[in-house]
Amino acid sequence: MISIRQVSKWYGSFQVLTECTTEIQKGEVIVVCGPSGSGKSTLIKCVNGLEPFQAGEIMLDGTSVGDAKTNLSKLRARVGMVFQHFELFPHMRIIDNLTLAQIRVLGRASEEARDKGLKLLERVGLKAHAEKFPGELSGGQQQRVAIARALCMDPIAMLFDEPTSALDPEMINEVLDVMVELASEGMTMMCVTHEMGFARKVAHRVIFMDQGRIVEDAAKDDFFGKPRSERAQLFLSKILQH
Amino acid sequence: MSELYEFDWSSIPGALPLLGKGLLITFEVTLTAIVVGIVWGTLLAIARISASKPLGFAAATYVNLFRSVPLVMVILWFYLIVPQVLKSIFGEGIADIRLASALCAFALFEAAYYSEIIRAGIQSVPRGQVSAAYALGLTHAQTMRLVILPQAFRNMLPLLLTQAIILFQDTSLVYVIGLSDFFGTAYKVGDRDGRLVELLLFAGLIYFIFCFSASQIVRRLQRRYAQ
Repeated sequence: MISIRQVSKWYGSFQVLTECTTEIQKGEVIVVCGPSGSGKSTLIKCVNGLEPFQAGEIMLDGTSVGDAKTNLSKLRARVGMVFQHFELFPHMRIIDNLTLAQIRVLGRASEEARDKGLKLLERVGLKAHAEKFPGELSGGQQQRVAIARALCMDPIAMLFDEPTSALDPEMINEVLDVMVELASEGMTMMCVTHEMGFARKVAHRVIFMDQGRIVEDAAKDDFFGKPRSERAQLFLSKILQH
Repeated sequence: MSELYEFDWSSIPGALPLLGKGLLITFEVTLTAIVVGIVWGTLLAIARISASKPLGFAAATYVNLFRSVPLVMVILWFYLIVPQVLKSIFGEGIADIRLASALCAFALFEAAYYSEIIRAGIQSVPRGQVSAAYALGLTHAQTMRLVILPQAFRNMLPLLLTQAIILFQDTSLVYVIGLSDFFGTAYKVGDRDGRLVELLLFAGLIYFIFCFSASQIVRRLQRRYAQ
């Protein structure tokens, strides 16, 4: 479904990604972790072309992301993405956040888009808030709306870029619950997150990155059992200490 | 021996219809400059922050050129150029050459100032909003129109209105090409009746009433957005 081959990226002369290679199958849930500045957010943004890369190739359901001839907007519409800071559109009501791209990109009729939006709001437990503005919702609620907004497009895969790092601790679980449910329904997911509990529960594989490289790419049990690289061992021992 | 100046306001009531006509011209120039200035200024701002180097350079040149030249000179230049251009397009049948050239001058001049305000407004919207819109499959144009510009305009509404107030006052400069706007009419009437002081005081009062009221609206808007 998503195939990343030898991807490298530079900011000027500074190399942020070095020959990253991995493969994500349909229905697989991959967790990407690593210290800050390791390039994990940059890598996930390369997957739907939000960040350009200078070398290597990323194939998304058979389409090359880096190819200049690819219609990126069309490709992005097929992949959902959830951001650290939610990025709901603050000048629109929740329901309009959910219908905007359905109408403008997929060409759905506004009635159909609205029904779909309300159905997904119900699924994340926020149907009662449809007519509110994003600023009236808590961080956790906004992030659940953001997930619903992405799901409205019937994505073939979902990308999560640190979806819980900007949340107050008591709101993290309500977002993770939605993600766990999504994973159990067989959604293909690539998640940049530090939530190791989530990784243990639903991930098939864990990718560990450091200094722009994929240092470890292992099945979940292998990763938590006995990571091969020293760097990953150190990382795990630090974040699992408490 | 000097005597205290004696005010005589009697020539004003009779001149009111004429002054009203002048006020209409002032509003026409102001509103045209606001509308064209904002539309053209928005395009300039988008060009300036676009990834295309030649487009950005062209927009920057335009903006810097107009911002580095006195408005009076621009008004005069356009008065010398625009009639030639209009005549070559429409023939001799242009009704009011002075008004046409003033409208062009103000619209194009104001666009340079508006584009800087609008550019700052666009850049005040967090980058993540663009990413989120792109990630949903919106094109660059849709992202600008539906997501970024509505937020940008809301952020910069007070600044746009303040610029409009300055513009309203600046339109009085059209007297250099003899266009009878509100100020020009007041001057002419005062000159005709030998009551220049009264007429200019009266005109100043009217300008003050409009501008002060508008600036109160701006203050109220700012307070509302600050909440």
